[in-house]
Amino acid sequence: MANHLFFPLLVPLLSAVLATLVGQRRVIARSIALAAVLFDLGYSIWLLFAVGATGRMVTQADDFAAPFGISLVADGLSAIMLTLTSIMMLVTVLYSFSTVSPYRERYYYYPLLLLLLFGCGGAFLTGDLFNLYVWFEVLLVASFGLITLGGERGQLEGGLKYVVLNLMGSTSFLIGAGLLYGVAGTLNMAHLAERLGTLQQPGIVTAVAGFFLFAYSSKAGLVPVFFWLPTSYHTPTVAVSALFSGLLTKVGIYALYRVFGTVFQRELERYGTLILVIAALTMVIGVMGAMAQVNVRRILSFHIISQVGYMIMGLGLVGVAGLAAGILYMVHHIVVKTALFMIGGTAEYLAGTGELKQMGGMARREPILAGLWLLASFSLAGLPPLSGFFGKLGLIQVGLDQGQWLMVGVAAVVSLFTLFSMLKIWNEVFWKRANVDQTAMPRASALLIAPSALLVALSIAIGFGASPVLRYSRYSAEQVFNTQSLVQDVCGPAGCDAVTSTANNQ
Amino acid sequence: MYESMILRTIARLMLPLLLLLSLFMVVRGHHLPGGGFVGGLLASAAIILQIVAFGPDYAREIIPVNYLRVAATGVGFAACWGLLALVQGQPFMAARWLDTPIPGIGKLGTPVMFDIGVYLTVIGVTTQLALVLAEEPTLYPLRRSPPPQTEPMAPEA
Repeated sequence: MANHLFFPLLVPLLSAVLATLVGQRRVIARSIALAAVLFDLGYSIWLLFAVGATGRMVTQADDFAAPFGISLVADGLSAIMLTLTSIMMLVTVLYSFSTVSPYRERYYYYPLLLLLLFGCGGAFLTGDLFNLYVWFEVLLVASFGLITLGGERGQLEGGLKYVVLNLMGSTSFLIGAGLLYGVAGTLNMAHLAERLGTLQQPGIVTAVAGFFLFAYSSKAGLVPVFFWLPTSYHTPTVAVSALFSGLLTKVGIYALYRVFGTVFQRELERYGTLILVIAALTMVIGVMGAMAQVNVRRILSFHIISQVGYMIMGLGLVGVAGLAAGILYMVHHIVVKTALFMIGGTAEYLAGTGELKQMGGMARREPILAGLWLLASFSLAGLPPLSGFFGKLGLIQVGLDQGQWLMVGVAAVVSLFTLFSMLKIWNEVFWKRANVDQTAMPRASALLIAPSALLVALSIAIGFGASPVLRYSRYSAEQVFNTQSLVQDVCGPAGCDAVTSTANNQ
Repeated sequence: MYESMILRTIARLMLPLLLLLSLFMVVRGHHLPGGGFVGGLLASAAIILQIVAFGPDYAREIIPVNYLRVAATGVGFAACWGLLALVQGQPFMAARWLDTPIPGIGKLGTPVMFDIGVYLTVIGVTTQLALVLAEEPTLYPLRRSPPPQTEPMAPEA
């Protein structure tokens, strides 16, 4: 039993409690948050190597045997996501030190961040479908707090849309979980994977899987249900929106990978084409929506939607290769998107506005910032040797192997349009001559630039070290699809049904 | 606030009774219906009754605690008792019981302690919600006058 799996959850939780109780002084709250995040980062990097070396790690909360209690399962995908979450949280906390107003900090900003880390960690580690729902709620409640913290009019408006539409998704998740429990009699993912393979009524399961598809799509910002994202992501402080841009929608993608890759494998084959259609529409509509926008963070928000399409394309190209490419793309995306939000947000913070028309001259004034932007946006568009190139290359290769010509074409064209949008921001914010007097504008301090520089460096590192990352994502994709070994790891060699029938006979 | 002599008399008398009942619920809860959640709701109902009868200021005055801190303490308390098993090399939350039952209370163990944490959390959260809702009209009046800047909003830049 890998009992240490509880630590990345307990440390943020207890730190959030501590920061609420004794964090009146800002220094104390900051150091508690930083310490907890650093612990999680260290732990998750260790987990990444440990899982890579020994395979899945499992523990059962409360010491109940597997299908009865709550299992925590860490495999490659969980470890990747946990590591990325901690990295994003670290840069966000560092970035917050210089940008978040003392007023917000006093109103439990750091405890909320820690609770968000707690919720994300739980969602990535749980091996139980209902528990996944609970973790989703934990992280959503924390994010509701973060998105409205400060109480500005725009924030409340964006927050309301965010809350309402996310609750719709959660309801659908809950309905799906209830129906699935009625059909299969369990919600442990390993047990579900075992039972759904032998179930006699496949039609019902397909319908139930539809509920899950809808629920996770609305969390991930896929096409019919994406509109909450661009209306809310540009409203909170830059640090918060950078964190959300990298993390939150990707929790939805993670859930899709996990649940459709492990639990609903047969349904994934049925839904494959539909998922590809959704992916194509998401890419196109996201990138088109971005072209109409004139606000830095709104443009970037629409690009999140378009990029999420690529990740779903990885799932829609049913199979290990597709999923591996999707995971690689997700790794790249989380890093680069957060970097772009931070750089764009810093420019916005310095200029005092996010409207493209009123900005300009940033390249002359802040050359380092401009250089970082150029690197990050080229990476997003997929220019070699940056990380985005390998992400897209993987997806396109798999698509070509499977003969999905249309999908591959859409993916390639959309990246051109992505480059177009990024160059639009480049021209308006960085390159064109400033049309206002900039002498009074504040300078970017090292603390403002360092977090995004770290992320851009990471993106370059992923680009140059693509082969180990690719190998690891392939390894994780295999683990996601390998239900047989999951059942054995979670419930023991005889399987979950054997455990329940022994318990019934006693 | 509701100015009724009957309500106020009853509210005053009910406060200790309801608080005692809530404690009883927590202690009884491990083997019989009841528990930390129900007990917490009962205790906060007792306080909310004071808000209804006498107004939020009075309710803050008779029990002068910061309910947000009560809630945070509750979460921390509940989690810490789960740590006991973790330290002994078992999964988080695995139960530990005292061998001899305590007269009048019954068997004591970490699940009971966890329940007390839940009790505190529920009291804190529900009462805080009720208090904030009750105080909102005075803090942010809807009529014409602009909302008082109780917390001056520092500009982001």
